[in-house]
Amino acid sequence: MTDIRDAWTTEVASWGGVARPRHLVLRPGTRAEARAIVADDSRLPLLAHGCGRSYGDVALNPEGRLVQMTGLDRFIAFDRDTGLLTCEAGVRLADILDAVCRPEPDGGGWFLPVSPGTRFVTVAGAIANDVHGKNHHGFGTFGRHVAAIELARSDGSVETITPESHPDLFAATIGGLGLTGLILSATIRLRRVAGTALEAEDIRFDDLDAFFALADGSEAWEYTAAWIDCLATGTATGRGIFSRARHAPGRAAVPPALRPRKAVPLTPPVSLVGGLSLKAFNALYWRKLGLRERVLKTGSYEPVFYPLDAIGSWNRLYGPKGFYQFQCVVPPGADGRAAIAEMLRVIAQSGQGSMLAVLKTFGDLPSPGLLSFPKPGITLALDFPNRGPETLALLARLEAVTIEAEGRIYPAKDSCMSAASFTRGYPAKADFQRWIDPAFSSAFARRVGLIGEGSRA
Amino acid sequence: MTKGYGDMRNGTMRIALFGANSGIAVATARAFAKTGARFVLVGRRAEPLEALAADLVVRGAKEAAVHVADLADLDALPTVAAGAWERLGGLDLALIAHGTLPDQTLLERDAVAARQAIEINFISPALLANALAPLFEGGRSGTIAVVSSVAGERGRRSNYVYGAAKGGLIRFLEGLRHRLAASGVQVLDIRPGFVSTAMTAHLKQGGPLWATPDRVADDIVRAVEKRRAVLHTPWFWAIIMAIVTALPRPIFHRTKF
Repeated sequence: MTDIRDAWTTEVASWGGVARPRHLVLRPGTRAEARAIVADDSRLPLLAHGCGRSYGDVALNPEGRLVQMTGLDRFIAFDRDTGLLTCEAGVRLADILDAVCRPEPDGGGWFLPVSPGTRFVTVAGAIANDVHGKNHHGFGTFGRHVAAIELARSDGSVETITPESHPDLFAATIGGLGLTGLILSATIRLRRVAGTALEAEDIRFDDLDAFFALADGSEAWEYTAAWIDCLATGTATGRGIFSRARHAPGRAAVPPALRPRKAVPLTPPVSLVGGLSLKAFNALYWRKLGLRERVLKTGSYEPVFYPLDAIGSWNRLYGPKGFYQFQCVVPPGADGRAAIAEMLRVIAQSGQGSMLAVLKTFGDLPSPGLLSFPKPGITLALDFPNRGPETLALLARLEAVTIEAEGRIYPAKDSCMSAASFTRGYPAKADFQRWIDPAFSSAFARRVGLIGEGSRA
Repeated sequence: MTKGYGDMRNGTMRIALFGANSGIAVATARAFAKTGARFVLVGRRAEPLEALAADLVVRGAKEAAVHVADLADLDALPTVAAGAWERLGGLDLALIAHGTLPDQTLLERDAVAARQAIEINFISPALLANALAPLFEGGRSGTIAVVSSVAGERGRRSNYVYGAAKGGLIRFLEGLRHRLAASGVQVLDIRPGFVSTAMTAHLKQGGPLWATPDRVADDIVRAVEKRRAVLHTPWFWAIIMAIVTALPRPIFHRTKF
């Protein structure tokens, strides 16, 4: 029934909303239909698309085919003894929490080993971007907990790949940005927790040194991250609130509602995130603990893991021009710390504050993925309303500081890094390129030179 | 005694889904699976039914049996109904959710297609409900729930064949409800508006009138719990249809929808 010309009119935006290119969108409802799409030898390049939570262009494929995977949302099997969960590619982490990670009478239960800052991502998206969470120092990336991936390739093959059966293809597919084929289903290892509720502590700190002292002193806390007041200058540079949390044994927390209770109903004509509202927000957030230096609470994991999920479509607040995200990682040690301090100075100077500046240290657990983003060091994440050239200039400066410090930028959030910065940040690029499925492509892959000009290859 | 929401939570619900792979049936089944319900899934193709059965078990269903049947085969409907009833040793809820959304302009030219559209959207679900009725009547409890449509409330140029089939179904359920009232069996007429499912995948979607199957499913669970007779879902369709059916004909005829 789908007329190809109608399908071409489909605009697809990513979460940042800066670009809305047109795609031929295909909507398989079963794995058999998805396999048929991959086996179909069209000249148009393919790419999988999930919940659209990637900020930049890793999940966009302008002038190509986009395989909307959210129709493949079935669980396949769950082994309540081992915690191995097999599900279709389009199952969301929210669905796993809702259906499987339910507290048992003793308050404990199965839980996601690793979760990013939103539950509304698909399992295959979490694999393709090898997402991380606030427990990276203890659990590494999502990819470490993937036992098997069912992958369809354009040569007609459909295989279940594991680290043992296909070590190279598996390593390329974890964090492989959807370029090694179409993930149809996956098996992930859930973990056992003694309590689904969290004991969470917020601590105010005055500068970057204080942040690092807290990060170093929080070994006993499984989840850590800090909010930074990125408008603060001078001696207050790097002040913020450090959040740490751990499972509270015997305490249960029910999964959050699948549909947000509040939502931004439409995109306002202008961005509501601007100079004044940013100053007000940052000033207020800085004072959220009141006069107290620290606050300890026990309860639901939702406000700790997913504060933004409570408001549906919050990205609309940035107006029709959208916003850019920037996330980098720089190595640990003095050089990395100096680079973070330099970035905060650059941002404060530019006057283009970010609503959510998040600072976290990564541990040294290696990811199985060739192109996986996390590596030992410090990661800083920010978002900036799109104000055109001045925002792009700021992002270019942040990119330069990152690369100079031997760091790298997170593809899932990036919209503008150069091919040269990508090549320097990801030394496994050439190894990875051998595993790209010739029928697959993305706007990101073309921009950073993963797929060469004219090599449709 | 009739089954209330307490029984749903206790996982005692025995549920048959006819047209089990329809978007609304899948979402409703998932909502009930969390309560530990038992299912028999009836539909045309085995593979997606098996996949749904596995999905429901992971979501908490105690059991999910698959029964392959072509609901367009009208003669087989009494056997299909009896089979589903017996499979779980009786039923607490039968959800009849099969149907098609045919292209009206095609039906205006093609008599065979028009007849098939009426059969699958009216005759089949009506006969199936009719075959289930004495079984539920004998148990003096439970719910027969049938997905009709807001399209059945007023004939319109853009889809009057489909609308007439659904309208016939609405009237049939009204009568069935009258018949079963004495036995305490609930007859629930579910009238969705625009729902984003495979059936509507070819239409331009989005906008405030489009609902997700999950939202419709939540409404169905509550309507079963509250033993409602007619459910407009989402709720605003009750208002929209009250206006549409009240529009005087001269004004209605100047509209194009």
